[in-house]
Amino acid sequence: MKTLSDKLLGGKQGVLGLALLALLIMVILPLGLDIFRLNLVGKYLTYAFVALSLVLLWGNGGILSLGQGMFFGLGGYCMAMFLKLEASDPISTKIQTTPGIPDFMDWNQLTALPWFWEPFKSLPFTILAILIVPTIFAYIIGFAMFKRRVGGVYFAIITQAIALILSILIVGQQGYTGGVNGITDLKTMLGWDIRTDSAKYILYYVNALLLFGCIFLSRYILTSKFGMLLLAMRDKEERVRFSGYDVSDFKIFTFCVAAMISAIGGAMFTLQVGFMSPSFVGIVPSIEMVIFAAVGGRMSLIGAVYGTLLVNYGKTVFSETYPELWLFLMGGLFIAVVMFFPDGLAGIYQKHARKIPFLKRWVAEEKQKQTDAHASHGKVGTKLGAEA
Amino acid sequence: MFGYSMAEIGNIMVMQGFAGLSMFSVLLLMALGLAIIFGQMGVINMAHGEFMTIGAYTTVMLSKLAVAYGFVNYYFIFAIIVAFVLAFAIGYLVEFTLIRHLYKRPLDTLLATWGLSLVMQQIFRSSFGAKEVSAELPEWLLGSFQPTPDIDIPINGVFVMGLAAVVTFGVFLFMFRSQWGLRVRATVQNRVMAGAVGINTKKVDRVTFALGCGIAGVAGAAFTTIASTGPTTGTLYIVDSFMVVVFGGAASLFGTIASAFGIAQAQSILQFFMTSSMGKVATLLTIVGILMMRPEGLFASKVRK
Repeated sequence: MKTLSDKLLGGKQGVLGLALLALLIMVILPLGLDIFRLNLVGKYLTYAFVALSLVLLWGNGGILSLGQGMFFGLGGYCMAMFLKLEASDPISTKIQTTPGIPDFMDWNQLTALPWFWEPFKSLPFTILAILIVPTIFAYIIGFAMFKRRVGGVYFAIITQAIALILSILIVGQQGYTGGVNGITDLKTMLGWDIRTDSAKYILYYVNALLLFGCIFLSRYILTSKFGMLLLAMRDKEERVRFSGYDVSDFKIFTFCVAAMISAIGGAMFTLQVGFMSPSFVGIVPSIEMVIFAAVGGRMSLIGAVYGTLLVNYGKTVFSETYPELWLFLMGGLFIAVVMFFPDGLAGIYQKHARKIPFLKRWVAEEKQKQTDAHASHGKVGTKLGAEA
Repeated sequence: MFGYSMAEIGNIMVMQGFAGLSMFSVLLLMALGLAIIFGQMGVINMAHGEFMTIGAYTTVMLSKLAVAYGFVNYYFIFAIIVAFVLAFAIGYLVEFTLIRHLYKRPLDTLLATWGLSLVMQQIFRSSFGAKEVSAELPEWLLGSFQPTPDIDIPINGVFVMGLAAVVTFGVFLFMFRSQWGLRVRATVQNRVMAGAVGINTKKVDRVTFALGCGIAGVAGAAFTTIASTGPTTGTLYIVDSFMVVVFGGAASLFGTIASAFGIAQAQSILQFFMTSSMGKVATLLTIVGILMMRPEGLFASKVRK
């Protein structure tokens, strides 16, 4: 039997991977970068939440959602609504026709706060909403689709369409959502200025801790019996169904967890970057986030974080110096990852780790463990041990 | 109703209906290609919109040539053929280098073709510039005719509709009345058995994919008559055309036509009464809602799973 700590940390190799990632995120990057760049890294790390959710959903569950951006966006918008209400108190908005409502509402001739903005005056409600609104949304979509056994490319296309609908809706309803500019000019959270350098450091660390929390949560899910069933479902859905499991319930649950993880990322994005706009909701961001997970390795939780950092670093470097090359590179990356490295960075690492002398022993031990697991658990267990 | 008299509403319906018909034609042409590819191979081609853009740019370039040499009145028919051939050839190449390695992984094909679409968009932007360009239309396509003083029907819309009808009929002939179509349908029904009776299924796949892309090229040529072309033109239509295919039920020619008609008309008429974005939201939401009730689409062929 595995102990809880084994489940969360994933054996010696898992500890090593986590420790390296923690060292990089918690120590090396904050020491090596100035606050502007660190804030940028913090922004990338919020995308890593989505990549993480896709590892759960797509890599392990075989469900490709092309609409994860909408959950990221919903989480982000919930946070932004709270911050915006705080930023538009009657004193600082006294030049408006209706003081006390967000500036974009005033520009769009709204004279009162819409009813669904009202509860976002409270922080506890906002935090609850960040976690629950996307989850309910995912539950409705998931229930409707998975109960009718819609999957594969159909699911991908329909989630993409829903992401499109949501982004058009946000852009179109300017008075209620801030339109194409999104919700901007966010200043304080319960009187605490989020724009100062010290606040940025604190938010960066909060974000990093939450990210590790989500990694642990995902790993706990994946190493449990549920995770094994998820993998089994991905490879032989019919067989799992015929064994008496309700496949759709598992899928709905995974989709909801993935939505919640993405939403946490979105909320942290708003806090660190200081705005939220529909350009993080629609089709393009949603599919870009899939490539983060694919580059890192669709089966590897830690790989997803590295993949996100790497692709975004590349995007920043290239769009600063050769903006034209970037799309070629991004497109090429999609094709290359799919054609040549379906397991991403994590796959490359696992293939070559045994050649590095220092890592040789770890890998050998892992192998031994897997053989043991194979003897006791059968094939699914082995696969899980190797890839989770 | 909405402050219009009944007669006015009737006229609006007719005019918006005709505006919707041009959109219906382009959507239908796009969706036909997609439906063939999706129905045949289960492959989602996210770069389909870019094949349409290839057709559109081909037409624009040819129109420039036509203006320079003074054969504006005749070039358009020629442009449709060139657009088809070019998109067909590029589609053939793409299938050969990319798609055929990914048939067993449909979700990965989706990502790879999305990557391809990004690359193609950048190629368009680098070679034709980021600005939208439009084709010089021949005189016989301009203007409109008015059956009653209140109703105004643009000729280019009628032409595009005719083109869509011809292409649809051609696809019907190809799929259901030709040797090639027989092979394609045999491969769809039972790939292994089709191979066993001597059909080169790989070649069938390649030609089918290329044909789908070629039709997208024709859609592009048709598109130039109703709007101007930019590097990202294709992305405007891609979600809509996927919705058409899924909504109509993949592999059903009649379903594709019916759902293209429904979606284009609903958007066009709703856009008049609401804002254009809300019209689109309402249409898409309805489709997604119906698809949740009936995931196999409206006119799915009845197959035992």
